Amino acid sequence: MGVAIHVNNVTKAYGKNIVIQGLSAEIRPGEFFTLLGPSGCGKTTLLRMIIGFNTIEAGEIRVNDKVINNIPTNKRNMGMVFQNYAVFPHMSVRDNVAYGLKTRRIPRAERYRKADEILKLVKIDQYANRMPTQLSGGQQQRVALARAIVIEPEVLLMDEPLSNLDAKLRVEMRNVIKQIQHQIGITTVYVTHDQEEALAISDRIAVMNGGVIQQVGTPKHIYQRPANEFVSTFIGLSNLLDADCKDNTLDFGDNYRVPVTTLKDGVSGKVHVAVRPEEFIIHTDGTPGIPATVTSSVFLGMTQHYFMQLKNGKEIEVVENSDLTDIIPDGSEVSLEIMPLKVNIFDAETRATLIREGV
Amino acid sequence: MKKRRYSPIWTFLALLILALFVIFVVYPLILILYKSVVNPSDNSFTIENFTRFFTRKYYTNTLLNSFSVTIVSTLISATLGLVIAYITRQYKIAGSKWLNICIVVSYLSPPFIGAYAWIQLLGRNGLFTRIINGLFGIKFGGIYGFAGIVLVFSLQSFPLVYMYVSGALQNLDNSLNEAAESLGANNFQRVTGIILPLVLPTVLASSLLVFMRVFSDFGTPMLIGEGYRTFPVVLYNQFMGEVTNDSYFAAALCVIIMAITLVFFFLQRWIARRHSYAMSALKPMLPRVQRTLPKILCHVFVYLVVLVALLPQLTVIVTSFLKESTPGIFTTEFSLINYETIFSKNPRVIPNTYLFGLAAIALVVVLGVLISYLAVRRKSIITSTVDTLTMLPYIIPGSVLGICFLYAFAQPPLALTGTALIIIISLTVRRMPYTIRSSTAIISQISPSIEEAAVSLGASEVRSFGEIMLPMMMPGVISGAIMSWVTVISELSSSIMLYRASTQTLTVAVYTEVIRDCFGNAAAYSTVLTVTSVLSLLLFFKLTGRRDISV
Repeated sequence: MGVAIHVNNVTKAYGKNIVIQGLSAEIRPGEFFTLLGPSGCGKTTLLRMIIGFNTIEAGEIRVNDKVINNIPTNKRNMGMVFQNYAVFPHMSVRDNVAYGLKTRRIPRAERYRKADEILKLVKIDQYANRMPTQLSGGQQQRVALARAIVIEPEVLLMDEPLSNLDAKLRVEMRNVIKQIQHQIGITTVYVTHDQEEALAISDRIAVMNGGVIQQVGTPKHIYQRPANEFVSTFIGLSNLLDADCKDNTLDFGDNYRVPVTTLKDGVSGKVHVAVRPEEFIIHTDGTPGIPATVTSSVFLGMTQHYFMQLKNGKEIEVVENSDLTDIIPDGSEVSLEIMPLKVNIFDAETRATLIREGV
Repeated sequence: MKKRRYSPIWTFLALLILALFVIFVVYPLILILYKSVVNPSDNSFTIENFTRFFTRKYYTNTLLNSFSVTIVSTLISATLGLVIAYITRQYKIAGSKWLNICIVVSYLSPPFIGAYAWIQLLGRNGLFTRIINGLFGIKFGGIYGFAGIVLVFSLQSFPLVYMYVSGALQNLDNSLNEAAESLGANNFQRVTGIILPLVLPTVLASSLLVFMRVFSDFGTPMLIGEGYRTFPVVLYNQFMGEVTNDSYFAAALCVIIMAITLVFFFLQRWIARRHSYAMSALKPMLPRVQRTLPKILCHVFVYLVVLVALLPQLTVIVTSFLKESTPGIFTTEFSLINYETIFSKNPRVIPNTYLFGLAAIALVVVLGVLISYLAVRRKSIITSTVDTLTMLPYIIPGSVLGICFLYAFAQPPLALTGTALIIIISLTVRRMPYTIRSSTAIISQISPSIEEAAVSLGASEVRSFGEIMLPMMMPGVISGAIMSWVTVISELSSSIMLYRASTQTLTVAVYTEVIRDCFGNAAAYSTVLTVTSVLSLLLFFKLTGRRDISV
């Protein structure tokens, strides 16, 4: 079931402009692997190297044990779903889905049977005879997905397939994609810049920036234990606070010191503490903490958001589960306690994590 | 750009096309450049031909004349085209669908047919001239010279500006109008501040087409210019004339006219680049409600202009069914004698026209689609060289191309003079830039990922081109081909240089008959031409379901 993809030290350059240098990644058999990063980070470039639309200037990509660098795209047996669907507008839905079987010289009856089967799987069999222009965006995306998986590819590649859909449909389609991927157990590489989508859909995520993989891990791990400041601020929201670290204690000034148990051995000096908005406890009764002033607040039903300013002028965001107590009025002076187990701590110089493995 | 490895077949095709263009465009051009600066007696370098031109008032005057008629006609065409396009897009004009077809039809004939039809109407013995002179008791000698040329060119060319601007106005989103109004702009401010600047690049682009067409046309000034000599007339006479025939001097004249068109080509590009906007309307402009008086004025204006523009065609059709008493004087007696004459006299004219036209269209379409595909999707030094070379014919006036071909292909190994092939090739070369530009537009609208999808599904590059790209391009290509067909069959200026009796086409036949004062035959020939064009146009509208076209 599924193949492994080994990306081994690959480099991509356009002329003198090196986009990716010496990148490596291991994608496990049958896993849903997401390349996540801001635009221009090289994620689509890497995806297009895997399918063969981009040349590989150095290094190699292997599928199981086979080096695919010089195999032309149309012989790689990989299915791809494109950002703009790329459904052939002059062919019916059924002919679109059957096209990949036609290039594989499968007899007409057989390819229509298979196409109809897959159309049923993605739940658009009732539109089999329609032309693509008669379909909505979501339906076209289902055609694109059906077309990519009907050829029983070894690998399924998806390049921001949901970015052209509206928010509600995006959630619906990502569930469809995840469910179908699990059903057929195909190794999938998925590209997105939407971190929520990546968290929701992936088995593992590779966070990329500037052509470099910053961290690979499960959604939960990447969110809770980011490897560096970039990942911490790109995935979800993190408030970065300055502190001094000595003897496993964080000193925020103003007599607020917090012992931490999650640090590596021998950490001392200036650190950045990444505190997610939900990792603060707000006190209005003078309990020791980081002093802050409420500048504004937003009530979102399930949660209550506060925008605050620290003494050094830094703006931060704090979230509480909403309860029956009154909303703290703008202008109030509060003190903020942090949750020492949950927060992440980064070296102020290298911006890499100082948290021990496995906590 | 995403760099990829492509199949070598594309490079092979690009090289093949490059070779064709080197033989049929670059080589003739270089030859004419060479001839213009060489002394035939000892093959030494000389600029004698150019100094001869620029130091004699006789020649420089023709250049001035050309510029005056061209600039005046272009300005009138641009104004008429712009105003009529604006009125028909912005207000509800009764019968605007038919008006549109009439405007296009009035464009679809070679300008010189307009010239000779206007001679029938406003010439020395013209119908209108006689009526006017009879009514007012004056001795109006007919519209010849500057006024005649400008009249013919303006009426013949404004449809081009109209078609382009009308298309641009359709792409103008109504919310721009609404935004301007919400910000307090009145009608005048809205038109001058928003609409005009946005369609200006289109107006300039189409005006340039008009300019080049008018500047290099010799048929019209030849017929209606009388003493008013323009540059192309001198060029034609220099080349074809029985009195003087100095091919080296003619070559120099060709170089001068190409230099001028080149300058205007770059000028237009420069202006267009500084003011170009990508527009696509979600919500096109809606017809506005008008008060009664302006409404009547708009209707009268538009109908009047269209009627006057159509007059030559109507004249030609009517007179084709009339008997001539003496050459050039028609009776009111209905007769088919003109048609009998043209069918018996040279029965090859009509089949020639169709055959050459279809052959040229086939070549233009195949090469045009391939070249634009290579230039857009298989970018390389070779394909962009091809792309640039194919734009060259755009600045070569038809008569110059004809002359170039005569010089280049008179001797073996490529002795093509007098053959059908040379006419077909010249038609192909002349039409190529337009076809490539429209194909490029079609390809640019197709997302590259469509092809990538086909390749990812196992299709080879050639297969995905054949099964995916070609079918997707087809509707646009076919409608473009019909328009090419219509322009190709009405081509005169290069065919007139290259024809022999056996390779006469309709336009050439009309011209030669007019020169011989056989107006009846000319009318019959041009009626056949007009009917063909109108039928093709109706086919175009039927196939595309559109009412607007671009040439």
